[in-house]
Amino acid sequence: MAAAVATMMPNLGQQISSKNDMIPDWTSQEVSTGTTIMAVEYDGGVVIGADSRTTTGAYIANRVTDKLTPIHDRIFCCRSGSAADTQAIADVVTYQLGFHSIELDEPPLVETAANLFRASCYRYREELTAGILVAGWDRRKGGQVYCVPIGGMLVRQPVSVGGSGSTYIYGFMDSNYKPGLTKEQCLELTAAALSLAMERDGSSGGVVRLATISEDGVERRVILGNQLPKFSTH
Amino acid sequence: LRSVCIVVLLREYVSSKTINKVIQVHDRIFCCMAGSLADAQAVTKAAKFHLSFHSVQMESPPLVIAAASVLKELCYKNKEELQAGFITAGWDMKKGPQVYVVALGGMLVRQPVTIGGSGSTFIYGYVDAKYKPSMTKEECLQFATNALALAMGRDNVSGGVANLVVITETGVEHVVVPGDKLPRFHDE
Repeated sequence: MAAAVATMMPNLGQQISSKNDMIPDWTSQEVSTGTTIMAVEYDGGVVIGADSRTTTGAYIANRVTDKLTPIHDRIFCCRSGSAADTQAIADVVTYQLGFHSIELDEPPLVETAANLFRASCYRYREELTAGILVAGWDRRKGGQVYCVPIGGMLVRQPVSVGGSGSTYIYGFMDSNYKPGLTKEQCLELTAAALSLAMERDGSSGGVVRLATISEDGVERRVILGNQLPKFSTH
Repeated sequence: LRSVCIVVLLREYVSSKTINKVIQVHDRIFCCMAGSLADAQAVTKAAKFHLSFHSVQMESPPLVIAAASVLKELCYKNKEELQAGFITAGWDMKKGPQVYVVALGGMLVRQPVTIGGSGSTFIYGYVDAKYKPSMTKEECLQFATNALALAMGRDNVSGGVANLVVITETGVEHVVVPGDKLPRFHDE
């Protein structure tokens, strides 16, 4: 099969032309979670959301991806960038956090999880392409969202978006977010923002996955393509 | 009363903070420039000449699509050398208010609302969500001002002054909003 013959290309992201026209581009492209991810704090927890598209070049390798990865009982991360890099980092942090939590004999802080992500992303910044949102609930500070973009910076924000599709929704987010939203309003805002980004960004699409994290636990839901909020088509 | 919604994105230059990127190419036709300003200015000057000549030949005001086509021809024929995009908007007797976009390579397409420039990426979501067909003039102005303010808030090379123009059958109205008078949104 042509796919089996394709050689392993070096980890360089985009290749302008394949060596052989018989071998499609996507066999030599790195797998990327193109993505739009978003996380919003509300009083009592956080709402996180992501699209579900994973691409290798122009091919959609997985159209129902779950980019909301549990790191601990009340801490999740939203992954964007290289699928391999983010999965590897998330696995490492899950292990480190689990160990730390057992040592402490109490649930870990969201800030701790975010710092563990930051430590890995910063130390190996030259080799990694990973943009991560860490969000969760702990007893000390309630709902928190931390942003760890490419390069390994760490900053806490009340609302944060990430991934390739995020550029299209900065304006929407700035105009629609206000401090003091309720959980339902946060869910609506996230679903609307993600739909708008998925409409414009080629690397984002599929379904919208949402999760709410609070003291009571984690509640997950999926909004299918035909149920997404619709906006004026022009 | 249908009005034309023009969204102009202004870049901050070292040399001038009040560069006008909305050029009048005819009485009721305006052109917004984006890309390399030198290229865009050269093209609009050439287009202005072609259009006035055409208008004299036809003995009537030019159609908006004629203005857009002139720009498109220049952009398409010289696509290797040029790096300029345009939004052409105006009013004519045949089709009323229209908005056309000429993209970088010379594609010409009509749209009810369009945005361009480096700051435009940040407001695609906002424009998609907030635009409704058949808004009033005041709603349109508010919509455009908000969109510009949001883009200027996020794009580091957009800023300074917002230039807006309202074109109707009866005439042309300029609205200038300095940066400090723009609407403010949630600033984290």
